[in-house]
Amino acid sequence: MSIEVRKLNKTFNGFKAVQDISLKLESGSLVALLGPSGSGKSTLLRMIAGLEIPDSGEILLTGREATFVSAKERNVGFVFQHYALFKHMTVYENIAFGLRVRNQSEAEIREKVHNLLSLIQLSGFEKRYPSQLSGGQRQRVAVARALAPSPEVLLLDEPFGALDAKVREELRDWILKLHEESKVTTLFVTHDQNEALEVASRILIMNHGKIEQDGTPIEIFDHPATHFIAQFVGETNYIDTEVTEKGLAVWGPFRFPINPSFTKGQKVRIYFRPHDVYVTEQFETLQVKAKIKKTRFKGTVIEYLLDIGEGKSIFAQVPKGVALASGFKDGLDVYAAITAFHVFPL
Amino acid sequence: MRFKSTGVLPGFGLSMGFTLTYLSLIVLLPLAALILKTTTLTWPQFVDEVTSPRVMASYRLTFGASLIAAVINSIFGAVVAWILVRYDFYGKRVVDALVDLPFALPTAVAGITLTAIYAPNGSIGKLFKPLGISIAYTPLGVTLALIFIGLPFVVRTLQPVLESLDPEIEKAALSLGASRWYTVTRVVLPSLIPAWITGFSLSFARAVGEYGSVVFISGNMPMKTEITPLLIITKLEQYDYAGATAIGVVMLFISFTLLLAINWVQDKAGQHRVIH
Repeated sequence: MSIEVRKLNKTFNGFKAVQDISLKLESGSLVALLGPSGSGKSTLLRMIAGLEIPDSGEILLTGREATFVSAKERNVGFVFQHYALFKHMTVYENIAFGLRVRNQSEAEIREKVHNLLSLIQLSGFEKRYPSQLSGGQRQRVAVARALAPSPEVLLLDEPFGALDAKVREELRDWILKLHEESKVTTLFVTHDQNEALEVASRILIMNHGKIEQDGTPIEIFDHPATHFIAQFVGETNYIDTEVTEKGLAVWGPFRFPINPSFTKGQKVRIYFRPHDVYVTEQFETLQVKAKIKKTRFKGTVIEYLLDIGEGKSIFAQVPKGVALASGFKDGLDVYAAITAFHVFPL
Repeated sequence: MRFKSTGVLPGFGLSMGFTLTYLSLIVLLPLAALILKTTTLTWPQFVDEVTSPRVMASYRLTFGASLIAAVINSIFGAVVAWILVRYDFYGKRVVDALVDLPFALPTAVAGITLTAIYAPNGSIGKLFKPLGISIAYTPLGVTLALIFIGLPFVVRTLQPVLESLDPEIEKAALSLGASRWYTVTRVVLPSLIPAWITGFSLSFARAVGEYGSVVFISGNMPMKTEITPLLIITKLEQYDYAGATAIGVVMLFISFTLLLAINWVQDKAGQHRVIH
C-alpha cells in the first residue's frame, strides 16, 4: 500500500507540530522519519495511523482518501514507543487481539499467532504476561501484535527508543529482515540518525514541523540540504567566516574554494566532518601546520583536537590503525587539510 | 504466603516479628477478648442469641445495604475517578478534595445532615414524598448513608491505577481495529479489576461496620431499619455483654469470610502483576 500525504497541518495549543507536509511513499518501501524531539515526526506518523486528526490536508492510502477514516478501518499496524501492550493479557492474547476483533475463527487465530511467535523468536512464551518479558521481547510482541491483522502499512514510533544499545542493534537487523520478507510498506520514526542511516532506504528529515530533506542515506550524509541537517546528521565542525573574494573564503590558514554565486563580504558558515580532515605527520600537499592538543579515543576512530594557530582549533578523526601507525600523540606537530566541506549562507 | 527476597530494608526476621507482635496487640488481642467473652454463653444460648428474628433481620439489612452501597460506589466511584484522572476542568481540585470529605466528617454529622435533607419534610425528601417514596427511616436511607461514607474508598483506590493506565493502550486497541466499546470492556476495565475489587471491599467493609451516620437516618425500627452494629450497642446498654459479643463474633466471621473470598478473587484477577 502506498502512502500519500498532501499539505498536512496540525497545531496543538498554538504550537505548529506539523506544517504543510506533503510526501509520497511507494508500496513496499522502508522509510525513516528522522528528527529531534518536538520536530513533529510522531504527530505525522499518528495522523497517518488515524490516531490524530489533522487540522487540514489530505491523507491517501493506496490512492484512496483516508483523512477522516477511523484508525480501526485503515488497516495500518502501529508500534508504540513504550510497547503499549495489554498488561492483563498473555503474549498469545496480545497478538491475537487484532484477530479476535475481526471475529476470526479460533483455529485461524491459533495458526497465525504461532506463526508470528516463531517469527519474533518467542515460541513457547505464549502464556507469559508482558511484565515477565524483557524490553526487547516486549517490543517484538508489540510488532507481532501490529502485524497479526496483516496490515498493509507498518508504522513504528521510536520503536527502539527505550532499549539498550545492544538490543537496539539486534532489533534493527531483525526489522530489516522482517521487511525483506514481508515487504510491508514501513515508516518508522527515530531520533537516532545511525538507526535511520543503517535501516532505511530513504530518510525524511523533519525539523520544526517541516520536512527539510528527503533522500537516500548517502545523499543526506554527503549532501545536507540545510544548516540544520549539516549539524544534525553525523558529527561536524563548523566555522563562521566571510567570502574573501569571488569564489574563495579564508578561515585561519585554510582556504575554501566556494561557489562563485556567493558575493564578496557575504557571511557564510562552513561545515566539514572530522573524518574529512586529512592529518599526516609529514607535509604532503596543500596542508597547513597544526598541533595535536587533545586526544579522544572513540573506538574505531581516534579524535584529535588540532590547534591551527591564531587561537583556532578543529576536530579531526583518524582511523585507529592509521593513528597508531603514525604515532600521533598530544603535543605533536602535524599537517592537516580539509578534503570535503559544505558552505551555507548565514 | 510468598516470601520475597530481602531488598534494601534489612532484617526480615526482625520486621516479621514486629509485624506479628503489632498485629497481635492491635487486632488479634481485642478479637480474642471478644471471642473469650462470647464463650461465657453456652452453645444453645449462643445460637439463640445470634439467630433471633430481630438479629437475623439486622444481618439482612446490614449486609444487604452494604453490598448494594458498595456496588453503587464501585460504579459511580469509577466514573468520578475517571473524570478526575482523565480530564482537566475548572474546579477540579475542589472536586478532588470533596471526595475525601466523607472520610473527615464526623459520621454523626453526616447522619444528621442526610436525615435533615432526606426526611419527608427535608429539602430532597419533600420532592420524593408525592411519589410515595420515603428515603429517611427506610432501608433506602440506610443504603444512602452507606454510599456516602464508602465513596472515597473506590475513588482513591482507582485513581492511582487509572493514572498509571497508559492512554496509548487505548490507542493501540483502536489501531488494531477494536471499537470503543470493545476497547473499554476488553482492555480498560480488565486492567482496573484488581484495584476495583480492593475499592469495593474497602467500601463494603466500611459500610458493614458503620454506625454513626446510619443510626440517625435509619429510624432504628426493629425488624425493619435496625442495623447489626446498633443491636450490639443496644445490648451493651442493657448490660448484655455476652449477647453483644456473640453478635459481634458472627459479624466478624461473616466479614472475615467475605474479605478472604474477595482477596482470593483479587489474587486471581491480578495474576499478571505477580512478577515485575
